[in-house]
Amino acid sequence: MCLAIPGVVKEIRGNIAVVDYGGVVKEADISLLSDVRVGDYVIVHVGYAITKLTESEAKESIATWKEALERLAGF
Amino acid sequence: MLAFKDFRSRKLAKRCIEAIEKLSAGESYTFMHVCGTHEQTITRHGLRSLLPENIRLIAGPGCPVCVTPASDVDAAVALAGDGKVVLTYGDALRVPGSELSLAQVKARGGDVRVVYSIREAIKLAKAEPEKEFVFFSIGLDTTAPSIAAEVARGLPANLSILNALRLTVPVMELLLGMGDLHFEGYLAPGHVSAIIGARAYEVIPRAYGMPVVISGFEPLDVLLSIAMLIKQVKEGEARVENEYTRAVSYEGNVIAQELVSRVFEVSTVHWRGIGRVPFSGLKLREEYAEWDARLKYDLREDRGIDIRPGCSCHLVITGKLSPQECRMFRSACTPAKPYGPCMVSQEGTCNVAYRYSQEV
Ligand code: SF4
Repeated sequence: MCLAIPGVVKEIRGNIAVVDYGGVVKEADISLLSDVRVGDYVIVHVGYAITKLTESEAKESIATWKEALERLAGF
Repeated sequence: MLAFKDFRSRKLAKRCIEAIEKLSAGESYTFMHVCGTHEQTITRHGLRSLLPENIRLIAGPGCPVCVTPASDVDAAVALAGDGKVVLTYGDALRVPGSELSLAQVKARGGDVRVVYSIREAIKLAKAEPEKEFVFFSIGLDTTAPSIAAEVARGLPANLSILNALRLTVPVMELLLGMGDLHFEGYLAPGHVSAIIGARAYEVIPRAYGMPVVISGFEPLDVLLSIAMLIKQVKEGEARVENEYTRAVSYEGNVIAQELVSRVFEVSTVHWRGIGRVPFSGLKLREEYAEWDARLKYDLREDRGIDIRPGCSCHLVITGKLSPQECRMFRSACTPAKPYGPCMVSQEGTCNVAYRYSQEV
């Protein structure tokens, strides 16, 4: 039940967002987050979006990841 | 789509494992995680066998279903037997109580239904106002905000909460105080952290000198976090580091935190297989007492049978034993017929070990 997977917000109606998880579409409550917009990536847990991640952040974090590895072990 | 597959890149994983080998050479390290989803990542991708032998990963109490005491299940079973409609997450259905599970009481005619979220519970209760509904609310810091949000908005009069919510940091502290567990660092759960923030773990390095790295759930996240932990230990440091910056901030989700403290107060509760853990549970505040099933139905705290003879769940939950070392594993205890709580949920350490052990 703790599985929380990222999906993209397709539509917003009040405090409910329609979230697409790579083809599977479900509603999620977004009242735990401020300022959710269509196109945002959110992590949803038991029907509630708990945190937001943007595409650029996620992509960047791959670069960040490589950097971190270099910093840690000189690889 | 996000480039999540990049987090699974074999090339990067190999580089990371080489980095870990180099960093850890000549020493042995044991790290504990406290998250069922981490256990799935580690087991599904065979990380324990990919890592060098001097690195050990152990699983702590990270599965909310596994740590829910039998007495709570007994209360839910009694309510279902007494004509109430009991609603809960799918994972909680087969967790054994002292005698029966909710699945068993359902098979005997009890009205027990699986819901995905408390929103669904509210819909069901509104649709049948003549019936009494009880939501058996199991979960950790991640789940609490959803319950708090709905309680703050006001629940239907015919719906109440049988609350079994638990907090992660206090149990992480308790394990360190036990003194018979030896490990060098904590891998902290990413989605719990999305709510409570990196800040919430600061007590662990400060009071116990134990490094903490908050980790995401892709294999690369876990590997990088391990490298970060080794680095801290080697340098004689203990602090909270955040590997999962794409989802976790220092403050965490402040809206969620405020809702949780508005609706709940912290209480001392019993964890299955562990015992009473100070300040590790949530209790509805007095203003919301009308939705507290324990008060509404005058439920008494009975001692339940948490661990049945032969089950080693209490040792598995505290990282002292691997599921394979339990004599019941695979023989008397399987996901289809779970004997102990750690075999029930998809996040239970025994369940994960059963499902993925052939593939590793
Ligand atoms: S395998 Fe079953 S009986 Fe053994 S510890 Fe795990 S849950 Fe308990």
